Amino acid sequence: MIRPHRSHPLWFAFLLHRVSGALLALFLPAHFLVLATALTSPQALDGALAWTDNTLVKLAEFGLVFLLAVHALGGLRLLALEFLPWTSGQKTLAASAVALAVLVSGTFFLSAV
Amino acid sequence: MLGMKLYMAQRLSALIMAPLVIGHVGVMIYAVQGGLSAAEILGRTQGSVAWTLFYGLFVVAVSIHGAIGLRVVLFETVKLRGGGLNAVTWVIFLGLMILGSRAVWAVTVP
Repeated sequence: MIRPHRSHPLWFAFLLHRVSGALLALFLPAHFLVLATALTSPQALDGALAWTDNTLVKLAEFGLVFLLAVHALGGLRLLALEFLPWTSGQKTLAASAVALAVLVSGTFFLSAV
Repeated sequence: MLGMKLYMAQRLSALIMAPLVIGHVGVMIYAVQGGLSAAEILGRTQGSVAWTLFYGLFVVAVSIHGAIGLRVVLFETVKLRGGGLNAVTWVIFLGLMILGSRAVWAVTVP
């Protein structure tokens, strides 16, 4: 059974960001090792590049570019959420939460003394 | 306050990479047309100070970002803790730095 919070679209956004990030990190060593063959054996680099002409490899590369793009855009969304200024409505809500908490705890305090 | 430092390092490395990723994707879409060859890639990158700085910075940022990102996954999903978690974070960071620097060196030295 899918737990309720996991049917939320933003939980899917979180999962996509996490899985894309992990897969990209796992791909990086292979990417670096292939590029480094430019130094040791240029023929090997050309061989690897010729291998990427394969349609299946092209599809896999499409997947990698998608992972990179979706991770970058999802990351920009996170940065915007965390660092861009809040709208006045959000500030009002945050201030209301504090005000309401003071009211609730004040009511408790007045009842207690 | 290691958590706060890692959090800020993760955000800073992300901010640095935002334009680098856009540039990288742009170059990929441009360069892949008509297929790739070693000569074509090296013709663009060899001896270029600009590409060396671009990809050098990219490697440093992605090594930090990848190590911290995988650290969070290992902590939350694999439940790795303490010294083991720190050790794995360092291994990932240094591994990416070494492999990435070698790759940048390989395609940029004239």
